[in-house]
Amino acid sequence: MKVLVPVKRVVDYNVKVRVKSDNSGVDIANVKMSMNPFCEIAVEEAVRLKEKGVATEIIAVSAGVAQCQETLRNAMAIGADRAILIETDVELQPLAVAKLLKAVVDKEQPRLVILGKQAIDDDANQTGQMLAALLGWGQATFASKVEIAGDVATVTREMDGGLETISLKLPCIITTDLRLNEPRYATLPNIMKAKKKELANMKPAELGVDVAPRLTTLRVDEPPKRQGGVKVADVAALIEKLKNEAKVI
Amino acid sequence: MANLVIAEHDQGSLKAATLNVISAAVAIGGDVHVLVAGHNAAAAATAASQVVGVSKVLHADGAAHANLLSENAAAQVVANASGYTHILAAATAYGKSVAPRVAALLDKAQISDIIKVIDADTFVRPIYAGNAYATVKSSDSVKVLTVRGTAFAAAAKTGGSATVETVAAVADSGVASFVSAEVTKSERPELTAAKIIVSGGRGLGSGDKYREVLTPLADKLGAALGASRAAVDAGYVPNDYQVGQTGKIVAPDLYIAIGMSGAIQHLAGMKDSKVIVAINKDADAPIFGVADYGLVADLFDAVPELVAKL
Ligand SMILES: Cc1cc2nc3c(=O)[nH]c(=O)nc-3n(C[C@H](O)[C@H](O)[C@H](O)COP(=O)(O)OP(=O)(O)OC[C@H]3O[C@@H](n4cnc5c(N)ncnc54)[C@H](O)[C@@H]3O)c2cc1C
Ligand SMILES: Nc1ncnc2c1ncn2[C@@H]1O[C@H](COP(=O)(O)O)[C@@H](O)[C@H]1O
Repeated sequence: MKVLVPVKRVVDYNVKVRVKSDNSGVDIANVKMSMNPFCEIAVEEAVRLKEKGVATEIIAVSAGVAQCQETLRNAMAIGADRAILIETDVELQPLAVAKLLKAVVDKEQPRLVILGKQAIDDDANQTGQMLAALLGWGQATFASKVEIAGDVATVTREMDGGLETISLKLPCIITTDLRLNEPRYATLPNIMKAKKKELANMKPAELGVDVAPRLTTLRVDEPPKRQGGVKVADVAALIEKLKNEAKVI
Repeated sequence: MANLVIAEHDQGSLKAATLNVISAAVAIGGDVHVLVAGHNAAAAATAASQVVGVSKVLHADGAAHANLLSENAAAQVVANASGYTHILAAATAYGKSVAPRVAALLDKAQISDIIKVIDADTFVRPIYAGNAYATVKSSDSVKVLTVRGTAFAAAAKTGGSATVETVAAVADSGVASFVSAEVTKSERPELTAAKIIVSGGRGLGSGDKYREVLTPLADKLGAALGASRAAVDAGYVPNDYQVGQTGKIVAPDLYIAIGMSGAIQHLAGMKDSKVIVAINKDADAPIFGVADYGLVADLFDAVPELVAKL
């Protein structure tokens, strides 16, 4: 069974981004970029499925600028077998990404697509669900446990009130939550091996997809800053403040 | 203009988050209709009809909606979407699963997690873990939106008298089925609706300590319990306790952060709280940067003392 894993290149989760002074966006020049953490979890899950003999081939795919190659090499160092870069300088929004991924699914015919639940830059949490809808497939979002037996995926999902388990007919879409697994580090030999793996390049037009944005960002602002608070000396002082100053207890 | 709100319910009653979504729809302007897709969910439809601001409830009742599966819910919304300029859902696990499916089926973009309505086409939403607010304008004829509950006051639950119209329920998609649910049982207020939250991090050290130290404080204050990702990952508490960028977004009157460092991903979920208290033994912990009142102390001394003196 082929497994497709879409991975996104994002600002590293340790970076606290700054809003540009002209309010046109956030400043991402010269900041560290990494694979979206939820995508790492997706790659790891695919690799584990391969180690269990469930998956036979793992294809990583990323849409965006040329530097997404690094993200794809990283996915191959974790264990993806080959990669596809859909290269464009256009700002991609989730619906466009879902359409590009659908075109890749149509070509590659995977039985399973594992995505991150959310990209930590746009915090959209849309692409997997959109891809599932475009394909007419079932979806299991926020997965914390995945089991595949024959033609059925049984997935435990992190919900607002606890956990839910559903079963899906393959082919299907899974999006990863934090507790699904702990991604392995890419070892140096695997990083070297990844350099030799196949990385195909295509353009949105070759896939017949119109990626024009539907949404325009008019401006980006700093969120309101919290007033700097005070340190209190002891528990008694804290209670006094909460009762008489903040009046919240 | 006409807004369709996708209700979230448990077949018998509406989830509180739906009331915040209705307020967002009212802010957009035009009629506000609510779709209740359920199974034996007449009580939920009636509840929706009583919410102030709602003029019509569409009630689709069928076995396909018995387990609130996203595939069927999205198909139902699409079947009833004609004529609406805005389709809204809560930014909850349910809403986040259903709304993007609807958007894609309609070939429309979705704007996630809106915190403000500027006009019918323009919305504000946080990006980068809330470190920036983007003002986004849509050129689509239909706007699919998810709504951050803490940013919109809840609509009044009763006082309205909308008509309830029955619509045909869709058939089951056949691609997904419900197996089981493991619901976290709690006598406490729901995290996203609580006035006071006592939240614990890795500093608690274990699930037993988390319960032993934090439960008496939460009991005293009538508070909900929350946690950092580290506390959830380490198994102190279930997943639904997680507050943050990728967990729950909360904004209570009082948030007490105990034994947590204040990572940006955590702050993203609680920095809109009215009053923040931090208890941490490390005076340099970033949590003190957002706390109104910081207490540098060992939590195992300070929290029991706090309970005793309250
Ligand atoms: C993709 C991604 C998504 C994430 N999403 C979230 C999210 O939604 N929510 C979230 O919370 N995190 C999230 N995180 C994790 C986040 O980056 C931090 O790792 C996490 O919040 C740390 O939890 P903590 O503060 O409990 O632990 P730590 O950072 O280890 O802090 C523990 C604190 O306890 C203090 N302490 C220890 N002992 C005591 C004592 N006896 N008395 C007093 N203080 C004590 C220490 O001084 C320290 O400050 C995410 C990370 C990633 C990569
Ligand atoms: N440009 C992209 N290229 C490849 N995968 C993507 C891209 N954008 C989003 N995804 C996938 O969709 C997931 C959710 O992203 P989002 O819907 O933007 O929050 C990510 O974790 C990726 O798996």
